[in-house]
Amino acid sequence: MIDAPPLLQMRGIVKSFPGVKALRGVDLELRKGEVLALLGENGAGKSTLMRILGGAHKADEGSILIDGRETPFSSPQDSRAAGIAVIYQEFNLVPGLTAVENIFLGRETTRAGLIDQRSERASAAALFQRLGAEVDLDTPCRRLTTAQQQLVEIAKALAFDARILVMDEPSAALTSHEVARLFEIIRDLRSQGISIIYISHRLDEVFTITDRVTVLRDGRHVGGRPTAEITRSQMIELMVGRELTDEFPRRSTTPGPVRLEVSGLRRGRAVRDVSFSVRRGEILALTGLVGAGRTETVRLLFGADPREAGEIRLDGRLLAIRSPSDAIAAGIGLLTEDRKMQGLVLGHSVRENFGLPNLERLSTNGFVQMGAERAEFARYVEQLQIKIPDQEQRAGNLSGGNQQKVVLAKWLARNCEVLIFDEPTRGIDVGAKFEIYLLMNALVAAGKSVVMISSELPEVLGMADRILVLHEGHVTGEIADARSATQEQVMRLAIA
Amino acid sequence: MKPARFLADYGMVLVLALLCALFSALTFSDQTPTGEAAATQVASLLHQQFGQNPRVLVAVRDQPDDAAYAAALQRLLSAPGAQPATIIKGEPKDAREALQRIAAAGSRLDAIACTQATGAWLVFSELKTDFPALGEPRVITPRSYRWPNFLKTENLLNIANQIAVIAIVAIGMTMVIITGGIDLSVGSLLALSAVLTARFIRDFAGGTSASPAAMLLACIAAIVLCGAVGAFSGTMITRFAIPPFIVTLAMMLVGSGLAYILAKGQSIYQIPESFVWLGRGADLFNLPNAVLLMAILYGLAHILMSRMKLGRHLYAVGGNSEAARLSGVPVKRVLLFAYIASAVLAGLGGVIMASQLKSGSPTYGGMYELYVIAAVVVGGTSLSGGEGRMFGTLAGAFTIAVIQNGMNLTNVESYTQKVVLGLVILGAVLVDKARRTR
Repeated sequence: MIDAPPLLQMRGIVKSFPGVKALRGVDLELRKGEVLALLGENGAGKSTLMRILGGAHKADEGSILIDGRETPFSSPQDSRAAGIAVIYQEFNLVPGLTAVENIFLGRETTRAGLIDQRSERASAAALFQRLGAEVDLDTPCRRLTTAQQQLVEIAKALAFDARILVMDEPSAALTSHEVARLFEIIRDLRSQGISIIYISHRLDEVFTITDRVTVLRDGRHVGGRPTAEITRSQMIELMVGRELTDEFPRRSTTPGPVRLEVSGLRRGRAVRDVSFSVRRGEILALTGLVGAGRTETVRLLFGADPREAGEIRLDGRLLAIRSPSDAIAAGIGLLTEDRKMQGLVLGHSVRENFGLPNLERLSTNGFVQMGAERAEFARYVEQLQIKIPDQEQRAGNLSGGNQQKVVLAKWLARNCEVLIFDEPTRGIDVGAKFEIYLLMNALVAAGKSVVMISSELPEVLGMADRILVLHEGHVTGEIADARSATQEQVMRLAIA
Repeated sequence: MKPARFLADYGMVLVLALLCALFSALTFSDQTPTGEAAATQVASLLHQQFGQNPRVLVAVRDQPDDAAYAAALQRLLSAPGAQPATIIKGEPKDAREALQRIAAAGSRLDAIACTQATGAWLVFSELKTDFPALGEPRVITPRSYRWPNFLKTENLLNIANQIAVIAIVAIGMTMVIITGGIDLSVGSLLALSAVLTARFIRDFAGGTSASPAAMLLACIAAIVLCGAVGAFSGTMITRFAIPPFIVTLAMMLVGSGLAYILAKGQSIYQIPESFVWLGRGADLFNLPNAVLLMAILYGLAHILMSRMKLGRHLYAVGGNSEAARLSGVPVKRVLLFAYIASAVLAGLGGVIMASQLKSGSPTYGGMYELYVIAAVVVGGTSLSGGEGRMFGTLAGAFTIAVIQNGMNLTNVESYTQKVVLGLVILGAVLVDKARRTR
């Protein structure tokens, strides 16, 4: 008996960008009706490989076979013709158009030259029914939740009978409830014979939903086997190429006196009344479900949004924070959750990005001391092991982990007394995560205070000294000894 | 700076150089030296052929250029102990009379120094037979040479002077566009400034008898008022978050209307003669003052943008204003600066224009905002903000000026010029894009 050829085969895919060899001959196989996990650290080449599959990039070498036949892949049209739909992390939806309009964008159903709205609506409704989901057909996508937007993307893929669905970090911006819902949909699609390539950094999810695992490292395929036959630590080992003994590094510092005191912060419905304090040499974790008001709270604290009420004290001194520059001047720094939109000027060089919050210190009489800037940045590049060909590299060309390190460098150089990390390890691979944890430990060891927002409970429990749980703009609980807390304890407070 | 990086920043210079080469080739023609230059050449010829003490008759027409030539020649030939050259100014018959006089006096001549024109006079064609008594004087004319009209010094200075106003206004526009904005009001502000300057001089500084200090004060007042308009635009944009396109479009109408009201729709010309110093004068190395001012301003602006904190902030705001704000950049203040700078420079442009034309009129600066934006964009600055170079804009302004000048020299009709200019702007940006993505 001869096996049917796999649905999709990628053979010896090579792709280079200026200065970077992203893929060095990758093989990948996907069978009909399976969920394949694609794993790897940031910069391992997962995204590039998927962009080639989606027709967004053209491979330099290698071939792609669909049902055993070699197929040209040089444009998104080719990819779509082959029945492939890629759902990128940043969705491909026009924000002002409705779900229906987005689903049929570019493939509108027409009758006598006019768009046949009725039949489009009917097919869209049928698609959402097939997904077992409810999405309002007439709301502009910009007003839909992230989970709903994702459903629109999936519906869009189903609308042209996609046989292969690529999902890049689909759970990153979802609540745990929404993730569970997503998994139901994925299982459903699998039973309908659709194959799915699932990219995620969350290993728990990989075990829950995938059938097989393929791991990339440094642009090479380093291993693949059924999910049932691999352990968590084996997976990590394949990804980082070495064994990680402990996911969270220990530290021996004990918190000192209170430094930052926040009381009665308030803004609209997002932050209704938040008070807390942070000690010297302490990591305080703010956690809660998405929408609990964590990010909004620290944005008020940092002056990024105007607050309606609330006082902020540092070392007992009342701070008049009206803008981020006030907060920075007072010694407070914020590493935003969204690096691309809020953390970096992507079109500018990494050196310029590094210099931005530090120009005050690095300039005399308004003139920037370029030599000092270069030398200082070089020190941080060395210390944080930022992988860049030179300091003039555009920030947008770096991988997520390296981008986060540049953001870190710019704030470390500012020598803030209080540093706020908003989801510092989101979308970052295991190895880089560990380095960031080490840095946080070094900061508190040096007597700084750290506020960390994280949705990942293991990270919260593993890193924080103290946990503050938010729910709908209120503090619903505080866990004084994070090390002995359990996930259930935190979740109970978060759902409160 | 690495060559590749230089190219990426200033690739427009290449396009400019190509255009210059093109127009040089197209305007290659015989050039005859005149005046001082011609005299130097002829004098050295005379000294070479006839020693330190040639006996010379200088024949020129009664024209300023020719007079300068004759005077310079006389000076150059008047070595100690030499006999002064005889000069005749006028027509062939004057020359014939002079030759007859010299022959009658029994003197001999070594040479007759002519200009290109007088050298062709018939009277000098048969000297041997007509005036045997003179010996055999040789007719010496300045030698002509091949050189492009385009590359003549006067023409190049002319180009620079023509574009100075647009180039200066484009400095402010570059800053605004680098922040991701646009300023459509510069043309109107230029007119407003010219009218204000002229009115201040006419009404408060004593009109045609105004003193330099009073005129300076009038100019400064006009520029400051323009700056105030810029501050207003900037406030609208930063405080009320109205898009720059809309705010400056409105200010374009307001500014132009105010200029017409203040000038009562007419040109104001009661201005002293000395006021043209800024626009037409040339004090240093024969460089027009406006061009010199332009060069200085570009130097300062380049330093601001590439070396100073404020420059970094301008780029950062344009590159990603939210990231800049969260890094502690005072975004609103930076934007306010950009719009004030743009308005102030437009005001300065108006003053220069009033000086060049010795009057202030509300019609000045029509469509200038578009030429200025074209200069910035041709210079490689991205309309989406965050990137661009000052000297790129200067190259862009010169590209436009060179195209206009070159077409004038090659006798392209003015309507056709517009079409060509439009297409060239498009082409220049295409070339720039191709070069960047390579």
